[in-house]
Amino acid sequence: MVLVLEQILNGLQLGVMLFLMAAGLTLVFGIMNLVNLAHGSLYMVGAYFAAALYQWTGSFPLAVLLALAGTLAVGIATEVIALRTLYERDHLDQVLATFGLILFFNELVAILWGRAAIYSTVPDYLSGHVELAANFRYPLYRLVIVAVGLAVALLLWFVVARTRLGMLIRAGASNRTMVAALGVNIRLLYTIVFGCGAALAGLAGLLAGPIYVVQPGMGELILIQVFVVIVIGGIGSIRGAFFGALLVGTVDTLGRAFLKPVLAAVLSPTAAEAAGPALASMLIYLLMAAVLAIRPRGLFAARA
Amino acid sequence: MRKGQLFWGAAVVLLAALPPAALALQQPFYLDLVRRVMIFAIAAASLNLILGYGGMVSFGHAAYLGVGGYAVGVLSHYGIDNGWLQWALAIGASALAAAAIGAISIRTSGIYFIMITLAFTQMLYYLGISLDEYGGDDGMRLATRSRFSGLVDLDSPVAFYYLVLALMLLVLYLSHRIVRSRFGRVIRAAKSNEARTRAVGLSPYAYKLAAFVIAGAMGGLAGALLVNHTAYLTPEFMNWTRSGELMFMVILGGMATTAGPLLGAFALLIVEDLLSGWTEHWQVILGPLLVLAVVFFKRGIAGSLFHDRE
Repeated sequence: MVLVLEQILNGLQLGVMLFLMAAGLTLVFGIMNLVNLAHGSLYMVGAYFAAALYQWTGSFPLAVLLALAGTLAVGIATEVIALRTLYERDHLDQVLATFGLILFFNELVAILWGRAAIYSTVPDYLSGHVELAANFRYPLYRLVIVAVGLAVALLLWFVVARTRLGMLIRAGASNRTMVAALGVNIRLLYTIVFGCGAALAGLAGLLAGPIYVVQPGMGELILIQVFVVIVIGGIGSIRGAFFGALLVGTVDTLGRAFLKPVLAAVLSPTAAEAAGPALASMLIYLLMAAVLAIRPRGLFAARA
Repeated sequence: MRKGQLFWGAAVVLLAALPPAALALQQPFYLDLVRRVMIFAIAAASLNLILGYGGMVSFGHAAYLGVGGYAVGVLSHYGIDNGWLQWALAIGASALAAAAIGAISIRTSGIYFIMITLAFTQMLYYLGISLDEYGGDDGMRLATRSRFSGLVDLDSPVAFYYLVLALMLLVLYLSHRIVRSRFGRVIRAAKSNEARTRAVGLSPYAYKLAAFVIAGAMGGLAGALLVNHTAYLTPEFMNWTRSGELMFMVILGGMATTAGPLLGAFALLIVEDLLSGWTEHWQVILGPLLVLAVVFFKRGIAGSLFHDRE
């Protein structure tokens, strides 16, 4: 029972991390109609900035703030230099151009920090375990990730649903030309949205640093899972991204933890040994295929 | 059209003359490089069929390279080195994989289609990694190259080269014929206006799926060739960057042109080879070059050479 609880929390933690990535990606797609593969690169940049700055400054909160600002700056620079020309292009061009950007960012990081994985740490006051119930201790840092993720989700909901900026974002998503015609500086709005998405990706990256390895190409591993999330949730929908992320996070984590023992009980231990890990790593893609076979536009498709 | 004939004449003569020239100059390396280019040209031609002519932006075409490669590698692992059988399985299995992937993916469109084809290939990639029997993520050496009952000896670099050349010309010719057939017209019609195609009484879904399966089968053939070329089987055949490279070959060469895949494979692999010979960090140069190519060179090499939009 304790093991199940622990894995559910792990799934939640992966889920909120996927959400931080998916929110930016789905917003950028919903509003600018831009497919940005380089979103994973911003995640990587955030992780590297945080690891390097923590080592340099010695202060974790300062490193987090600087890394967020740094990723925001990198995101805005990317938007202004490379992506702005792609808004009017078709999805194929966007995929190809941002694929080129991935090669560039991965190699740039390899030049600056080397190809080997670097390990980042958390300060003492965030490490250690918390006793959640009798005989149930859970790493504090992972709880912090869950809390940060849920807080960001709440903040995003507030911004999108209750503020003027959010109103412009929603308006931009449903009719860009009209928003521009009403005198809104749509270019600036795009840059702000892209920058916020980049900062969220950077936040996911810097949170992920201490629990996963920080290395060139780390962004693409999560990026493809994030695609699964937003396809399941419905592209352009933040609500879809949230529920999709939690679903994918828990299914993936629980599958990896329990599929093998369950198969061993149902079939035979040898079959479980052979099929368990393979099936577990394919589970989220099967989930996606099942969702799409029933609802080709995802669970929470944004109004077209 | 005469320009096209001139191009094909020159291309065939040059490609056919390469092995004696390379051996005379004692540069067998070029034989290897051009053989690799031609294998990727087959894969790119199969992608061009659905991407260029059919407008289906498949971001997972490396899957069929992988399925074809695994079909040959796995049979060879169990001591079955009959090439006819191996390649038939490679083509059949990848056609089957394409049918399954296509059946779900083609129901969607636009960005969903791009992401789903990517996700399915990723699924097969992880399947390859988890198959410990066949080397897991390290992969395994191919026990023996495919044997064709003494007809062609793939262990001879020159014979293998000419086989690849012949197969590539065959695949390019076949796809040229396919897109000009009635079937091909429907595919191209569905690309330019799906609603209108439906309005004249045709069901684009079945045609698109058929094209997807044909492309998968051709990709499987390229996979069977590739695993014989490298004599090594790894899940990296299905890496998503491979799918991206194939897309770039199609775009750089010129979408929806017959010569495009060959020219694109040449351009990309030669540039990669030159840059990687020059600096270890070649991707930091290649990346921005590719971005520039997408922004400023959309017509591709064949598009700029021949002008006539077929």
